[in-house]
Amino acid sequence: MSDLESFREEVRDWLEANCPEEMRRPMESEADAVWGGKKGQYSEPQKTWLERMAAKGWTVPEWPTEYGGGGLSKEEAKVLRAEMQRIKARSPLQSFGIWMLGPALLKFGTHEQKLEHLPRIARGEIRWAQGYSEPNAGSDLAALMTRCEDKGDHYLINGQKIWTSYADQADWIFALVRTDFEAKKHEGISFILVDMDQPGVTTKPIKLISGKSPFCETFFDDAKAEKRNVVGELNKGWTVAKYLLTHEREMIGGMGSGAMRPAGDVAVQMLGKDEQGRLADPLLRTDIVRLEIDGLAFMSTMERVLDEAKAGQGTGANSSVLKYYGTELNKRRLELMIDSAGQDGLEWGADDDVAATWLRTKGNSIEGGTSEVQLNIISKRILELPSA
Amino acid sequence: MAMVLNEEAGMLKDAARGFLADSAPVAQLRKLRDTESADGFDRKTWAAMAEMGWTSVLVPEDQGGVEMGYVAAGVIAEEMGRTLTASPFLSTAIMGATALSRFGSDGQKAEWLPRIAAGEAITAVAVDEGRKHNPSSVATTAERSGNGFKLSGRKSFVAEGHVADMLIVSARTAGSGSEDEGVSLFLVPMGAAGLTVDRIKTVDSRNFATVTLDGVDVTADAVLGEVDGGLKALEAVLDAGRAGLSAEMSGSAQQCLESTVGYLKERKQFGQIIGTFQALQHRAAHLYSEVELGKSIVLKALQSLDAAPDHAAMMVSAAKAKLGQVAQLAAQEGVQMHGGMGMTDEFDIGFFMKRIRVAEALYGDANYHAEKFARMRQY
Repeated sequence: MSDLESFREEVRDWLEANCPEEMRRPMESEADAVWGGKKGQYSEPQKTWLERMAAKGWTVPEWPTEYGGGGLSKEEAKVLRAEMQRIKARSPLQSFGIWMLGPALLKFGTHEQKLEHLPRIARGEIRWAQGYSEPNAGSDLAALMTRCEDKGDHYLINGQKIWTSYADQADWIFALVRTDFEAKKHEGISFILVDMDQPGVTTKPIKLISGKSPFCETFFDDAKAEKRNVVGELNKGWTVAKYLLTHEREMIGGMGSGAMRPAGDVAVQMLGKDEQGRLADPLLRTDIVRLEIDGLAFMSTMERVLDEAKAGQGTGANSSVLKYYGTELNKRRLELMIDSAGQDGLEWGADDDVAATWLRTKGNSIEGGTSEVQLNIISKRILELPSA
Repeated sequence: MAMVLNEEAGMLKDAARGFLADSAPVAQLRKLRDTESADGFDRKTWAAMAEMGWTSVLVPEDQGGVEMGYVAAGVIAEEMGRTLTASPFLSTAIMGATALSRFGSDGQKAEWLPRIAAGEAITAVAVDEGRKHNPSSVATTAERSGNGFKLSGRKSFVAEGHVADMLIVSARTAGSGSEDEGVSLFLVPMGAAGLTVDRIKTVDSRNFATVTLDGVDVTADAVLGEVDGGLKALEAVLDAGRAGLSAEMSGSAQQCLESTVGYLKERKQFGQIIGTFQALQHRAAHLYSEVELGKSIVLKALQSLDAAPDHAAMMVSAAKAKLGQVAQLAAQEGVQMHGGMGMTDEFDIGFFMKRIRVAEALYGDANYHAEKFARMRQY
């Protein structure tokens, strides 16, 4: 038996023994997701599953073991994912720390920073928020003005961030701040880690058109940060930010695929079929089949981009294609889902509230770089079209 | 299966691109058109392709082939799409080889496969009878006659029919109308008594044929696969062709995109390179994204054919539907962004628009395959 096959058996046995029954069902609502952190309230099976996976390092299977990871190869991590999928095991931990900060720390952090933060991310102890956008720095992110001053033994931060996801639930925030007001706008920015548990940091949820508040405003009023908490070089934070945005784009783009029920199945359940076995609404059926075909082509592209990256053939700019197409696809999907739900889908505040989800997806092509910004990136970096 | 080309396929791609750029660029198609070539393709180029093993890419080794599989065949088709190379590659090396190697009797294999591999025989599939592709709608009849069958009917839009040495003809041995049961496939050699082939020039400067069968006698040995159960084999042969056409359209779409982006970087108006205009940048970037999705679904379809040809139908229909849409977008955006130059015969972009229109219609257009996909998904 090959090493990989014996690893597969080991994983299979371990999952069988350790994944609680309750964690082998698809997530049904936001409450089923475990985000960790000091403020999170979770059920016993959720806590057990997270603790067991974290003890193996399998919340972050490919990170080095010294930083709380599983130290697995890409192939082994693929086996683990496949085996989890086989028994429909939920992901034990959702985390901006894992998806966004972790990769940036692994690439740009010092050994001490990695030792301090990565294991706590892996165990879900600290929930992280992202402090990028500001009221006057959206698509033009590098226009950010949050002030960070060197006070000798610490930094002092003043300013405001906006669209900080779940900041009211978070413990720490990684933020872009201006450390040099004289330099050109991309060259005076630093990437800093700030403990939110201090009087100088306050958050205020923003109510969205969906009626929900997944985002906050975050205010820094004489907030303090330790000097050791700058990631990468001082004033070189834009490099870290760009790297991290690539991960964010792939994450948001990926929401257009994956574990969702195929649109055609949902529509048939809602509207039934005609006597010839076709979805009862013929024009909707046309839109749905085109969506499903585009979805298949999109998922194949996700797979190809990943495999090309592994084979060292990829171009990083393809993350913009995934972000652009994936989010537009997700918006199309929810338009068709609310069409399929008909008048019943217009109910507000129901359990499976398709209206809220429909409204939420409108933000997909805005957050993490708008569709228009992605098209700019594709034009510039891939097609190499000249600037005006 | 990893969604990347392996080393062998990667080398084939490089070799194909180099050869076609040198020996069969769009200029060759232009010349074939302008000289009113009776064949509609260049026999010397075809012989060189056979020499390189392209005609044997799907022929088993024991029949003189190299049997590299559908991904490799698709790589060649994709590169031909970039240069609009006219050749019987699709009808013969992909569809003919698939038909015989998967469904042929030992005798049929021995008779045809080594000749296909050597580039000595051209085959064509005669399936459609109406305006739109519909393989189960068969009015051509095959009546039992002595030890064999007598074929009568009319087939339209037969790719390479005018140069074929052998036709694969669908005809009804039972049933009627659009029933699945009762369709059979026959190998009909060119020159058979009662067989008439009329060449049709199409908009893309390629050639198709209208084939009339007026009581053509064939022996029982001419049946490919099962009597009355030929539709399944026909669909498999068509799926191979559809995947090949999707790959070709992907290559054409990539070339349209590259030519168009190149033009945007050269052309000046209002004192500026027009590629600096965001209105055009965003159209080009959107097109790039669509072309990338097209490349992915084509590779998926080809890999599905290699892995499990009996279970590839849904992926093949998805690919043909998607590439029909993507390639047409590439051609239309290409002409528009070339401005007036895009309307001239001198520029190549119009050749791409014409070929893509034909490739889109052949063996089922985007609507046909979207409908088929929906039915396979049971809605």
